[in-house]
Amino acid sequence: MIAEAGHYALVLALVLALIQSVVPVIGARLRDPALMNVARSTALTQFAFAALSFAALTWLHVTSDFSVANVYENSHSLKPMIYKITGVWGNHEGSMLLWVLILALFGAMVAAFGNNLPRTLRALVLAAQAWIGAAFYLFILATSNPFARIANPPIEGRDLNPILQDIGLAIHPPMLYLGYVGFSISFSFAVAALIEGRIDAAWARWVRPWTLMAWIFLTLGIAMGSYWAYYELGWGGWWFWDPVENASLMPWLAGTALLHSAVVMEKRDALKVWTILLAILTFSLSLLGTFLVRSGVLTSVHTFASDPARGVFILMILCLFIGGSLSLYAWRASALKQGGLFAPISREGALVLNNLLLTTACATVFVGTLYPLALEVLTGDKISVGAPFFNLTFAPLFLPLLLAVPFGPLLAWKRGDIVGAAQRLTAAGIVALVTMAVLWAWTKGGGAFAPLMIGVAAFVVLGSLTDIVERTQLFRAPFATSLGRARGLPRSTWGSAFAHAGLGIALIGIVCETTWNSESIASMQPKDVVTVGGYQVRLDDVTQQQGPNYREAISHFTVMQDGKTIGILSPSKRNFSTRGMSTTEAALLTRGVSQIYVSLGDSHADGSIAVRIYHKPLVLLIWFGPVLMAFGGFLSLTDRRLRVGAPKPAKATKTSGALQAAE
Amino acid sequence: MTRKQRRLTLIGCALAVLAIAAALVLNALRDSILFFSTPTMAAEKHIQPGQRFRLGGMVREGSLVRGEQLKVKFDVTDGNATLPVTYQGILPDLFREGQGIISEGALDAQGVFKADTVLAKHDETYMPKAVADELKKTGHWKDDYDKKPSAQNVQGNAK
Repeated sequence: MIAEAGHYALVLALVLALIQSVVPVIGARLRDPALMNVARSTALTQFAFAALSFAALTWLHVTSDFSVANVYENSHSLKPMIYKITGVWGNHEGSMLLWVLILALFGAMVAAFGNNLPRTLRALVLAAQAWIGAAFYLFILATSNPFARIANPPIEGRDLNPILQDIGLAIHPPMLYLGYVGFSISFSFAVAALIEGRIDAAWARWVRPWTLMAWIFLTLGIAMGSYWAYYELGWGGWWFWDPVENASLMPWLAGTALLHSAVVMEKRDALKVWTILLAILTFSLSLLGTFLVRSGVLTSVHTFASDPARGVFILMILCLFIGGSLSLYAWRASALKQGGLFAPISREGALVLNNLLLTTACATVFVGTLYPLALEVLTGDKISVGAPFFNLTFAPLFLPLLLAVPFGPLLAWKRGDIVGAAQRLTAAGIVALVTMAVLWAWTKGGGAFAPLMIGVAAFVVLGSLTDIVERTQLFRAPFATSLGRARGLPRSTWGSAFAHAGLGIALIGIVCETTWNSESIASMQPKDVVTVGGYQVRLDDVTQQQGPNYREAISHFTVMQDGKTIGILSPSKRNFSTRGMSTTEAALLTRGVSQIYVSLGDSHADGSIAVRIYHKPLVLLIWFGPVLMAFGGFLSLTDRRLRVGAPKPAKATKTSGALQAAE
Repeated sequence: MTRKQRRLTLIGCALAVLAIAAALVLNALRDSILFFSTPTMAAEKHIQPGQRFRLGGMVREGSLVRGEQLKVKFDVTDGNATLPVTYQGILPDLFREGQGIISEGALDAQGVFKADTVLAKHDETYMPKAVADELKKTGHWKDDYDKKPSAQNVQGNAK
């Protein structure tokens, strides 16, 4: 009953999406407010039905109703409750349902909070949103129905893939989808602007918070996924340049560029045509990511069992939306008026450079990800493009970007003073050079690369803070004055400082982890001691334990430094009987921002066990950086809300004028 | 500067960055891609010792020998040809005899494949795609790779 209700709700959501895709467009053509307002109510009800459908599937998973194929294949009655819930999106059908739910959620948010949007724009945005929605509802109903029944219901389910039975799964996919799908709003706004043939700074002011929100979630989602891979897969790696990871990195790079170009458009009314293109490209890359992951072109832990019909269907959706929007762009972009002038050296110029480097870096990732697929289709040769490719292409393009980051916020709009900016960055530059020299002397014998990159990272972090220091006149004015000024600074200034500093901090973590990571692989008997990175790790004993749906063998290690015990580590091997699979649960000991990582291999007949122990210096900074970036984005978002809430032309001009002067 | 000059500067910069990126990509593609090969293909192509590639196939039943310090030796086969592989380190959780794997490394002078990475399938329904394709082509694909344990009785209905 519940399953049929969920299925029916999904069909109703499709019907509503179809109405929403057509009626508002006609309304916008005829300038009929009643028809245009249909978009608002359908968007809200469509979300309600999508949510109902999702709730039904969740209910089926929670109550372990194995008469539903999806539940049978991915659940088990003994599975802990949290994984029964997260298992809803731990499979192909459920994750697509989450995808459309989030899509409908964003549509509903535009409908609910978009009262001050021009009516035609809102109608067209919601219509474009519904086109995407309708395509994906059709996809789910036609090829991946999560509510399909089994004629003879089995008594027990097949359990969720044990690798996915982890708290990381609770957070990573929803975050990532909020990011991926969030970019659909910028896409819909771009399409609506192209149909209307009119675009102005108010448009950018509207698009920015949505883009920013999507970007925050995508940043956190990628970071979370990376941390999950790090502790769950047991290899101690955090980024593999796997096509599926690249699929999420590409929209992030394009989205970051979009975020920056939207600033130029909002403040200076320039780069309009480019911003529209970026909005289209960003969401196209999100769709491409969905295609790569969901079509079965690639095989990885992300791609659940798949069949070719799905791949063809998603490919059609992909071609339709990317092809359609780009044709619309080619046809209508020339109708958009060109914006304001600016000198090459100016805030706009810096943001153009940012866009140029980010999109080019994104293009290299694109080539590295799709070239093997294209080659296999064309010539049948199977090749793999791994980390070396990306290190040789992505890294050299990112380096100038990192060096330019501190300059951007210090340049004035329209015409900037690069010498002045350089002078203000002298302190940061000197500290960075000293850092390099000290590190190089300290690690003598080691390569120059790591100290050099850490110096660059220090420059990025300090350079980002320089803007704040300059504006608050810290160290020059009395402290109380600076504090007052700091309070008066717009939140978006703080936001960009935090986000840029986060970039530098992540870089420090990446460089330290890759350069000074020490690893020891050994076959250990109880009481054996292995020394890694200045720590002694002793295997104490191995115990057996029964979990809810697995058995595990836990090894206990004592970590010592200079003879003193500093912690206990208990990595384990879990054996999931239903799937006949075993997983390795690595154990981590955090010391400051560094970690000791112990992962287990096979155990042998003589009682010895293969153990892999890593010491990873400053590794947590890799994820702390993105969290800081997301926090910066959040600060900016709270700033935006004030302005979005005040869209009346006069008031908006006043506020943005004040901010412009301050930023 | 006039509008035209500014635009030209911009386009010039963009082209320069793109040219650099294209050069980097071409250079990297020449040096850092790895070809996939089965033992049969490796024998036919006469791959030189030292040249890195990805070897895919099945671990031959009964060929796994564990040595000192986590050294392992096993044979990878695609049904027609067999290639001995050595590896030192921890094998993935799902590494078993008779299962599809992909390993990365190079041949040494004796024709032994020295692997530095061994990847096994992620779950019981997953087989590296390249391996599955080759097995299907050479006719060594067994139907039971598709079957799911403990699900035979409802297999038809579940799909």
